[in-house]
Amino acid sequence: MADLPILSVRNLTTSFLSGGVWKSVVRDVSFDVRPGETVAIVGESGSGKSVTSLSIMRLLAPGFSRIEGSILLNDRDLLALSEKEMRGVRGNEASMIFQEPMTSLNPIFTIGRQICEVLTRHKGMSRQEARAETIRLLEKVRIPNAGARFNDYPHQFSGGMRQRVMIAMALASRPRLLIADEPTTALDVTIQGQILDLIKVLQEEEDMSVLFITHDMGVVAEIADRTVVMYRGQQVEAGPTDEIFQRGQHPYTRALLAAVPRLGSMQGRKWPTRFPVVDIATGETMEPSEVAGTVARGMTPILAVKNLVARFPVRSGILGRQTGSVHAVENLSFDLFQGETLSLVGESGCGKSTTGRSILRLVEPTDGEIHLDGYDILRLDQPGLRRMRKSVQMIFQDPFSSLNPRMKVGSTIAEPFVKHKLGTAGQAREKACDLLEQVGLSSTMMDRYPHEFSGGQRQRIAIARALSLDPKVIVADESVSALDVSIKAQVCNLLLDLQQRLNLAFLFISHDMAVVERVSHRVAVMYLGEIIEIGPRAAIFDNPQHDYTKKLMAAVPVPDTARRGIRRNISNDELRSPVRPVGYQPPARTYRHVSEGHLVQIA
Amino acid sequence: MTVLETIAPLANREPSRAWRKLRANKGAVVGLVIILFFAVLAAMAPLLPIADPLATSWTALRKAPSAAHWFGTDDLGRDILSRMIWGAQSSLLAGVVSVVIAVIIGVPFGVISGYFGGWADLVISRVTDALLALPFLITAIALAAFLGPSLMNAMIAIGLSAMPIFVRLTRGQVLAVKTEDYVEGARAVGLGHLDIMWRYILPNVLAPIIVQATLTVATAIIAEASLSFLGLGQQAPAPSWGSMLNVAKNFLTQAPWMAMWPGAAIFLVVMGFNLLGDGLRDALDPREA
Repeated sequence: MADLPILSVRNLTTSFLSGGVWKSVVRDVSFDVRPGETVAIVGESGSGKSVTSLSIMRLLAPGFSRIEGSILLNDRDLLALSEKEMRGVRGNEASMIFQEPMTSLNPIFTIGRQICEVLTRHKGMSRQEARAETIRLLEKVRIPNAGARFNDYPHQFSGGMRQRVMIAMALASRPRLLIADEPTTALDVTIQGQILDLIKVLQEEEDMSVLFITHDMGVVAEIADRTVVMYRGQQVEAGPTDEIFQRGQHPYTRALLAAVPRLGSMQGRKWPTRFPVVDIATGETMEPSEVAGTVARGMTPILAVKNLVARFPVRSGILGRQTGSVHAVENLSFDLFQGETLSLVGESGCGKSTTGRSILRLVEPTDGEIHLDGYDILRLDQPGLRRMRKSVQMIFQDPFSSLNPRMKVGSTIAEPFVKHKLGTAGQAREKACDLLEQVGLSSTMMDRYPHEFSGGQRQRIAIARALSLDPKVIVADESVSALDVSIKAQVCNLLLDLQQRLNLAFLFISHDMAVVERVSHRVAVMYLGEIIEIGPRAAIFDNPQHDYTKKLMAAVPVPDTARRGIRRNISNDELRSPVRPVGYQPPARTYRHVSEGHLVQIA
Repeated sequence: MTVLETIAPLANREPSRAWRKLRANKGAVVGLVIILFFAVLAAMAPLLPIADPLATSWTALRKAPSAAHWFGTDDLGRDILSRMIWGAQSSLLAGVVSVVIAVIIGVPFGVISGYFGGWADLVISRVTDALLALPFLITAIALAAFLGPSLMNAMIAIGLSAMPIFVRLTRGQVLAVKTEDYVEGARAVGLGHLDIMWRYILPNVLAPIIVQATLTVATAIIAEASLSFLGLGQQAPAPSWGSMLNVAKNFLTQAPWMAMWPGAAIFLVVMGFNLLGDGLRDALDPREA
């Protein structure tokens, strides 16, 4: 056993000064990272995983934080170093990449200059040497045509490409340790696959160790040799990734794994199925139940979208002349039946959100027809539009911005009921109480403000508000995407409960294939504003026809350690832009009939 | 009582927390105490055992502070302490009323401009830009001269000159809040524009407006003093701090106390409002712990 650990953390405790008292947010965390090894720290929000990584780099505000324990990097105690010596460590012996590739590069310098700076500062290279090395690094992170892009600014790169630039910058000093703090969380799933591949390749080539911070068990299974599970500031379990996944000891680990949506877990099941619930105290699992027989097929669809088109002009120049259009939605048609969940899946810019918002006329579509519960949506006047909103409601992605922070939750839930004059104030209050109970909260919470609730609770409140008009259709726009896995499972279960109880139809908009598989009756895959494949869930997931559908599914990380080290060898494609020049006519599309209700675009 | 009645469009989120934070801020408390002190003094003016602020005395012209006249007397033998206390009324009134005028006109325009966008925004923004290009005091002087010299007109003039700041501030805040999901959500449940502006936009943009308002009170008090100094504000013989300074400038060497007291009072009140404004800014900012 020759390998001394690169990084050795012992009894790390980090506290923050808050209101005059020290509160520990990370307690007694110990782990090693050995040469060439990848260690993942996994946990949900508030688990202290990011604070751990920031503590290692000593990037916390000195006056308001206190780090105790020992952090040895290459046998040097980082906590004993002066701030000046620490600067020599950061970006040199250990580098860090962050979650938000959109904001972690300085927008006013070219990317070449930003990487050169690291080289001239830490490695003492001359300008020419640094330039040559920078181009080598950009090639290393597989940026196409690297030499030509040296003088480009960050805004000229896509999110995935920017993350590559960040990685190139982190590698510039040939660090022994790379700390990656949720590096793929903000990226689309196919781009995430590319970046994960890249990190694996680079780790081999450069022989570095990686400390990978993530909330995604799928990513962990795929990339980590060893795993540290954190929960509320404590390290609940640590060990080889296989052990953790196969024989997790702590109930929380098991709960977390049970809550992770797994692609392919629905094989052989007919109906959407609730997530299993694990009691964190005892570790006992309750078997999930199916949601059977809600779909009213054969009747008139509750929502029918025909040839929907939404284009937005792109203007530029002083005179604001139209130079092109964003073809957000192109010739989209689908039906949704009562009690059914149709999922729209796709990556950023595929038009799935625009479709959802067009149905509520929150954006004005360019052309097409939408029939919902007897309303011809696109021909409604203002009063008609307001009446129509009783039939369809929306749940947004971010529970932190979807509730008015200055309004008590009771009023928030009762407001639509009162405004549509569906009853007296007393009835509105009763309704709000009832809805709060229905979504699993207590009616005693009526007089609290949104900031007093957690993200999952807020999303429940948003759902209660959407239900206050007794709508028939709910457009759920990435409604569970921003939630932690365990909360995500609970909210999905809630939506399924409500569907069974109230016979709701959901238009479930999501980029998360695993969740979609769990909750949908039918699935439509969107790409560049068009549906490229639509069909029953089982048909789409078991027998995908379109190349893009296959690629999308291959890119999803699955929490199965057997897949560790897989290379997807996804080509370095970018997501294409839906911006077209003026006068662009989209080609007519034809679809091939695969099986009952399963259609795939062929040209 | 309806359920919705409880929704006041005020900064009523965490009222106790904001108040606690304000109280913990020493500067803000000092500012508040100064303002309260002058406000109570001004309100109590008729009840206090002080000399008649208008009573002249040919035997006591420009007397230095003494036991009989604590703050001294002015060029007509009037008691300066008494005139200071009565003058506090017009100064504070001018400060508060002109800001209320500015807020009542400026904030709705700002909300409309930011919320609706389009040509309404274009017109309102261009006019605001034009008004902001004029120096504040010059505009106030021109307006006051146009309306005729009186305290009320001075307040209107100051209010109108301070208004564009509120239009622009409000518009910017509205643009930021408008993109929040809850505003879109309000449209999705079928609320009308008025409801959305009143209950969703306004309460969420109010904090920076309140802060700007307290800071503008200080500016308005100085502006009123300047207008009175020029003879465009409070009219003789009624006292205001500005008009007292105006007269005192002729006797700076012979009777410096005539200028000292109103100068010090203006300084204190302005500082009080500035301290309070800074404190409010911190207390109402939810990002600050």
